[in-house]
Amino acid sequence: MNAVAYALREVTQVYDGRRVLNVGDLTIQEGEILAIVGPNGAGKSTLLRLLNFLERPSHGELTYLGRRVEFPPSLEMRRQITMVFQRPILISSSVRENIAYPLRLRGAYKRDRVDMLLDQFGLARLATASCRKLSGGEYQRVALARALAASPRVLLLDEPTANLDPHNVGLIEAVVQSVRATGRTTQVLVTHNTFQAKRLADRVVMLLDGDVIESGDSERFFDDPQDPRTAAFIRGEMVY
Amino acid sequence: MDRSCSAEVELSFLESLVEAARLLFTSYQALWSVIGLTLQVTGTALAISAVIGIPFGAAIGLMRFTGRRLLVAVLYTGMGLPPVVVGLAVYLLFSRSGMLGGLGWLFTPTAMIVAQVIIAFPLVAGLTMAGIEAVDPDLRPQVRSLGASNVQVVRVMLAEARGGVLASILAGFGGIISEVGAAMLVGGNIAGQTRVLSTAIVLETRRGEFALAVAMGGILLSLAFGVNALLLNLDRRSIWRTRR
Repeated sequence: MNAVAYALREVTQVYDGRRVLNVGDLTIQEGEILAIVGPNGAGKSTLLRLLNFLERPSHGELTYLGRRVEFPPSLEMRRQITMVFQRPILISSSVRENIAYPLRLRGAYKRDRVDMLLDQFGLARLATASCRKLSGGEYQRVALARALAASPRVLLLDEPTANLDPHNVGLIEAVVQSVRATGRTTQVLVTHNTFQAKRLADRVVMLLDGDVIESGDSERFFDDPQDPRTAAFIRGEMVY
Repeated sequence: MDRSCSAEVELSFLESLVEAARLLFTSYQALWSVIGLTLQVTGTALAISAVIGIPFGAAIGLMRFTGRRLLVAVLYTGMGLPPVVVGLAVYLLFSRSGMLGGLGWLFTPTAMIVAQVIIAFPLVAGLTMAGIEAVDPDLRPQVRSLGASNVQVVRVMLAEARGGVLASILAGFGGIISEVGAAMLVGGNIAGQTRVLSTAIVLETRRGEFALAVAMGGILLSLAFGVNALLLNLDRRSIWRTRR
């Protein structure tokens, strides 16, 4: 059985007096892909920001690798986790420099590693190109390659394939699956796309209005949802 | 009559230009001394302003704290400080009965540097702050999520705001290289000691030495152009090489 990467106990997040997230009990295993699904405003991105330690929970306990997370978290702990944001922003430099950036931050630049990622993501011919001149799909691929450059222990993905064409979606999903195959990186994927969650995830969590309404193994979650709201969401009948 | 008067002025101006060119190519020790002191005073003041102004501007651009808006308002006011008022304040500060009169800095290049730092600092800090604020605010959490320390976050924000930072340095330089009021008041325009190009131009014009004044005006413009061109070129070359 895998070790526990994250454990959340009675975690709530409140913005301006409004509770946007309320997680009673959630555990994320090391090496798994956990998909977080739900409609807009369900609290999915907030949960990712908590897992990335970008925000301190208003209440409750968040543990990472068995240790309670104290804020501000140590740099060493933060550097084990990287995230691809819903609207990624690359630095004003070349594709190569963007992918090398996390390695440079850690003083661990390796040209071979960057070359390998450029090849893996089909970006080799764009290595010296300015990031300002990339298409949407290329931009997103650079963002994912950058997040993987430092071989993170946890990879957080916030809608990584939103607005991409099928070719780029396929390429990014293939990378996510290849990372999973290594078994070394825990991946948490926020997506609106239930088909994508079914294709990629080991387990799925359904959020609605900040509450976890259902979670479980991917197969069971999609084939036999226990909550009628989950069933409605899967069928595409949940209108917001 | 008007036409002949205009011709006279034109002739005088042309003569001045010819004389100015001649002066530039002949040995004129005093002129080189003035140029040297101008570069020394302005360069030192700009370096000090950049060293304290860029981190200060970056901090205000990145941080949110009580009283920030007031501080920003003060900073923006400082960007429009009349040099002669700064000169007066520094003069009173360093005059014999002033708070820092004991230092004996009045009518020295040091006093001129102090005055020029006061003029350039708000320009450097204010425009750096504006440059930082123009960077997409979502970049900050993203570089943090990639493992950047607090210092590395500031560095990348400054690198992304480099256009604004460069503009702040150029504005600071422009604000002090050509200012007369403060330099005249606190430096005293003493030959060989505190005479810089801007104050020398005023003096030579008053004395009717238009050729020399024009020559020095040309040098001043060339210096300003040269420094601007150098900084802009450095920025262009650093675009792909900046290590953040």
